[in-house]
Amino acid sequence: MKKVQVYITLKQGVLDPQGKAIQTSLHSLDYPEVDDVRVGKYIELQVEEGPDLERRVTQMCEQLLANPVIEDYRIELEEAI
Amino acid sequence: MKVAVIVFPGSNCDRDMYHAAGEIAGAEASLVWYTDTHLLDDADGILIPGGFSYGDYLRSGSMASTSDIMNKIREHAEKGKPVLGICNGFQILTEAGLLPGALMRNKNLSFMCHQEELIVEDNENVFTALYDKNEVVRFPIAHGEGNYFCDEATLNDLKANNQIVFTYKNNPNGSVADIAGIRNKAGNVLGMMPHPERAVEALLGSEDGLRIFQSMIANWRSSNAVNA
Repeated sequence: MKKVQVYITLKQGVLDPQGKAIQTSLHSLDYPEVDDVRVGKYIELQVEEGPDLERRVTQMCEQLLANPVIEDYRIELEEAI
Repeated sequence: MKVAVIVFPGSNCDRDMYHAAGEIAGAEASLVWYTDTHLLDDADGILIPGGFSYGDYLRSGSMASTSDIMNKIREHAEKGKPVLGICNGFQILTEAGLLPGALMRNKNLSFMCHQEELIVEDNENVFTALYDKNEVVRFPIAHGEGNYFCDEATLNDLKANNQIVFTYKNNPNGSVADIAGIRNKAGNVLGMMPHPERAVEALLGSEDGLRIFQSMIANWRSSNAVNA
């Protein structure tokens, strides 16, 4: 079994109104140094190991976990559990 | 004309769609639970209603877009049968790749529910033939994620092929190019965020939506008359 971590973020250039609202709130809490906020998703999968693991997880991201029209994803594989 | 209104867990505009297409516009409408894929075999048209299918898990429409019934709907669409997705139905069609682009959170982060004026940009498709080009119509909107997005190449493609069917007169949600509804190139698949099915009787404040269903039925009648 491997732990697979998938990080999904909005593509650069795609407006993130939620991130903007959080940035405004951080500014009003007196954190003026915050220059930009992007909100994303984190998905954790337990996957049986196999030679195709990385390719198959990439496929999962393309088909369902992320929407490639608006989102980027990053995959991290953790050592065997 | 037999039309199937697809009901997913969490659909909530299915009865309105059924009422508009069936009781008001006069199609032979039926409600089809999403696992009853065989019931689509003899359907002449598919209507995908609004709501919150699968509780909007992951992304609006993403879960429904992977269900078996979508393969059947895809087959129907490829054969040229009319497929209409409204609100969550539009989100499902984009997630399934039947229409380009994606629907994101409204620019102001709010769920909005009010009437909007729309411009009919294209009337050369199955669903808007009975409208005039550039006609202004009034439909209700009710969505939190209706902010249409696509990249520039896709937008140019949509424009070049007259695939933009409705635009907002006063863009409420931040959609690219004021887009409220788009179609596929062939003109038999339409997705739109506003709700024509809630604007089919004067009692409801507008009858402007009725012609969507009437156009679809008239189109079916004329193509069937040719075959007969």
